[in-house]
Amino acid sequence: MVSNIHAGADALTIHNQDQVATVLRDLSEGDTAWIRHGETMISIKLLENVAFGHKIAITNISEGSVVRKYGEIIGRATKEIEAGMHVHVHNVEGIRGRGDKTAQEEQR
Amino acid sequence: MKTIPAYMRPNGDIGIRNHLLIIPTVICSNQVCNRIMQSVPDTVAIPHQHGCSQIGADKDRTFDVLAGTGKNPNVGGVIIISLGCEVVDPKRLADEIRKTGKPVEWFDIQSVGGSVKAIGHGIEIAKRMKAELDKLTKTDVPLSKLKIGVKCGGSDATSGLASNPALGEAADRLVAEGGGIVIGETTEIIGAEHVLAERCASETTKEKLFHIVDRFEKEVDRMGADMRGGNPSPGNIAGGLTTIEEKSLGCISKCGTAPIEGVIEYAERIPEHGLYFMDSPGNDIECVSGMAAGGAHIVCFTTGLGTPTGAAVVPVIKITGNPSTFRHMEDNMDVDVSDILSGSFSLSEAGARIWQEIMEVAGGKLTKAEILGHQEFSINRIGPSL
Repeated sequence: MVSNIHAGADALTIHNQDQVATVLRDLSEGDTAWIRHGETMISIKLLENVAFGHKIAITNISEGSVVRKYGEIIGRATKEIEAGMHVHVHNVEGIRGRGDKTAQEEQR
Repeated sequence: MKTIPAYMRPNGDIGIRNHLLIIPTVICSNQVCNRIMQSVPDTVAIPHQHGCSQIGADKDRTFDVLAGTGKNPNVGGVIIISLGCEVVDPKRLADEIRKTGKPVEWFDIQSVGGSVKAIGHGIEIAKRMKAELDKLTKTDVPLSKLKIGVKCGGSDATSGLASNPALGEAADRLVAEGGGIVIGETTEIIGAEHVLAERCASETTKEKLFHIVDRFEKEVDRMGADMRGGNPSPGNIAGGLTTIEEKSLGCISKCGTAPIEGVIEYAERIPEHGLYFMDSPGNDIECVSGMAAGGAHIVCFTTGLGTPTGAAVVPVIKITGNPSTFRHMEDNMDVDVSDILSGSFSLSEAGARIWQEIMEVAGGKLTKAEILGHQEFSINRIGPSL
C-alpha cells in the first residue's frame, strides 16, 4: 500500500519488491535519478528519456519474467530490460484479459 | 452523534439534493422529456438509448437502473413518460418507485396525442410537483446514513500514487462514522482481485468476487482481443499505465482498508453501513449511473488526465493528484491532492481535504460538474438489441 512520499525524490517505488519506479518529473537520458525505494534512496542513470508518471527499471529484468509494482505482478517483460530503461507497453505485456492469446490458442 | 443537513424521505432515506426527475421509459420519449426539463427550471431528465427491443436480464437491468434512479434519495419526485408500446412498463416502474413513498406521476405520449400535447401536459405536472418539492426543508440527520460511491476515470500514474489512496483515507473515515461506501469497476480489479479478496468479510463474498472477475475475463476471451487499448485506454497508456494489472492495483486503494461486507449486483440497493463491491463495468458513466441507481448520495471520482463527467441525480466530486491537470482543467476539478507527490502533503492531510469537500457538498455546496450542468446518465447493457 502507498505510504507518504518523501520530498526530494525524482522517482519512487511503492514496495520493496518492485523492479520499477514511477518518475515524478520529466527525466532525460543521462540524468541520474534519485529514487525513494523503501527507507533508502538509490540512484540510477537513465538510459532513455522518461516522462512524468512513466516507469523506469531499477534493476535488470530478463525477457519472459514477471514485472512487479505495488509488490504485485503488473505484467511480463517481452524483451530484456536494463536498469535505467523506460518500462512500458513496448517491453511489458499484460498477462490478464488476453482474449487475443486465447483466440490464438483456439486456432492451433 | 455527527449530523448533516438533509431532506428526510417518507421511507426514512435521507437526500442531500431535492431533484424532480423526468424519466423516459424508452428512447422514443427522450425529446419530450428534454423539452419539459428545458421549460421547468431545476428539473432533471435522464435521456437514454434503451427501453425497447430488449429481453430477459438485459430488459430487467434497464428497468432496475430507471427504477433505482427514481428511488435515489436525492430525488424528491418523479415524472415517467412512456411512448405507450415499449418493453419497459411505465405503470410497473411508477409502482416500484412509489414504494419509497415519494410522489410519482406517469403518462404515455400515444394516449396524450403526440409530442406537443405531451410536452404541455408534462410541463403542467412538473410545475405542480416542483412547487410541492420546494416546500420541503432540510433537517439534521445522522452522518451514518450517508452512502458514497468511489470511482476513478481518466487515470494516469498519479491516480494510484496520490488521488486513489487519498480517497481511501476519506472512505475509511466514512465507514468509521457508520456510513456506507461502494466501489465498482469489476474490469478494473483484474490482476488485483486477490488483494481485495483477502479483505472480504466472508468466504461467500470472496467466492463471489472471484466469480464476477472470472465471468468478465471470459467475456474478454470471447471477444478474442487484448484488453489493453480498451482498458487501459489510449489515454491511460499515454499517462504511463502499462497493463490492466497495473491500473487495477492502483485503482483498489480508493475504497480504503475496511472489510468488504458483500458483492452486490449492478444498480442493486447499497446496504446502509460498511464497504460493498458493486459488479459493474469500468466505463465511467455506466458505473456512476449504477451507483446512483443503488442509492449513493455522492460519487467521489479521482482522475489523472481529467474528465468533466457528472451524474444526473448525484453530485460528483472530482479529485486529482496530477498538478498540471488541476491547473489545466480547473473548471472540472474540485479537489487538488497533487501536493502528495511533491512530498509537502501527507496522505492523511489529503484525505482530510477530500473529507472536508464531502461534508460541504453533502451540506449543499455545488460541485463543478453540477455548476456546469453535467448530468451524464448511461445504462449498462448485457444483451443484444432485438
